[in-house]
Amino acid sequence: MLVQFSNMVIPLLILSVLLYGTYKKVPTYEAFVEGGKEGVAMAVSLLPFLLGMLVSITIFRASGALDAFVHLLEPVLAVFHIPPDIVPLALTRPISGTASLGVATDIIQNEGPDSFLGKLASTMQGSTDTTLYVLTVYFGAVQIKKMGDALKVGLLADLIGITASLIICYILFS
Amino acid sequence: MVNIIWAGLAAIGIIYALFNGTMEEVNEAVFTGAEEAVALTITLVSVLVFWLGLMQIAEEAGLLDKLAKLFRPLFTRLFPEIPPDHPAMGYILSNFSSNIFGLGHAATPFGIKAMQSLKKLNNNRTDASRSMITFLALNTSSVTLIPTTMIAIRMKYDSIAPTEIVGATIMATLVSTVGALLIDRFFYYRRQRSL
Repeated sequence: MLVQFSNMVIPLLILSVLLYGTYKKVPTYEAFVEGGKEGVAMAVSLLPFLLGMLVSITIFRASGALDAFVHLLEPVLAVFHIPPDIVPLALTRPISGTASLGVATDIIQNEGPDSFLGKLASTMQGSTDTTLYVLTVYFGAVQIKKMGDALKVGLLADLIGITASLIICYILFS
Repeated sequence: MVNIIWAGLAAIGIIYALFNGTMEEVNEAVFTGAEEAVALTITLVSVLVFWLGLMQIAEEAGLLDKLAKLFRPLFTRLFPEIPPDHPAMGYILSNFSSNIFGLGHAATPFGIKAMQSLKKLNNNRTDASRSMITFLALNTSSVTLIPTTMIAIRMKYDSIAPTEIVGATIMATLVSTVGALLIDRFFYYRRQRSL
């Protein structure tokens, strides 16, 4: 039911905008093209920001440093009852959406979607967004150079989201 | 801070590779990382052109204004520095609504338009304003009600109950959003005091 609803949201949104625009006598196609032109320039201006960040993250992951870091943390994790398998996801979630989606998919594939880890990975991936992506894209698009407290606020919010996912999943699923 | 994280991740990776013989993987990573960014940009072009086009229609038809009116009471409290009738409010609300339905790709163009208006409000300065930081906090904690991508992946791997995680996701997202807004306020008041 919910999936069907999710599938309908975008087409229905498009339908209502088109119908309402026509009703309000907006030149719909011309307005669409006018607005769309901005999109090309916007996406191209984002490329350097995304490229720089992705290369740096991929190097960190490919070198094995990420795995080593996780391994180092294992004793601490045991104290808090955090399954070590979830750590790569918790660490990549704030820095790269595509990377963390890859990690989450990996866990779901190996452990099964209905296992505790599978559910935890799904909740964690679904409940927060990629702070570094949001910062890069939104501040990059308007050339903000001094980010102020934005990064700190974002990362702390991620920590809360990850902790909340963990506690909620323990209560609901284990 | 983002400079240190950016340089640090790559530097640590390369130094680690130097001692652990994973230089070949790092070499490859430089190119795959760059390629992924280009692929992502191409996806963004298609998404941005479509949604910005559609948004232009919505804007000219007065839809954004209507939405802004509906949520104004809540958002004027969250963003005390934005005049209630300012277009930035409409963009923030559209971004918020798209995120709620798990339409991350639809949310991005609205978010960028919101940032552009916020920058104008901030006299085009290149440092982040209070509203910008609040807006980012709202976005990174992502108010999702329907985690569409995760449901799709769970279905792909034959879950017996793909939507079982929706309740847990909503709870976690609410906690992180409220937390993010509180942290944002805390840092704002700390900045005020240090002035």
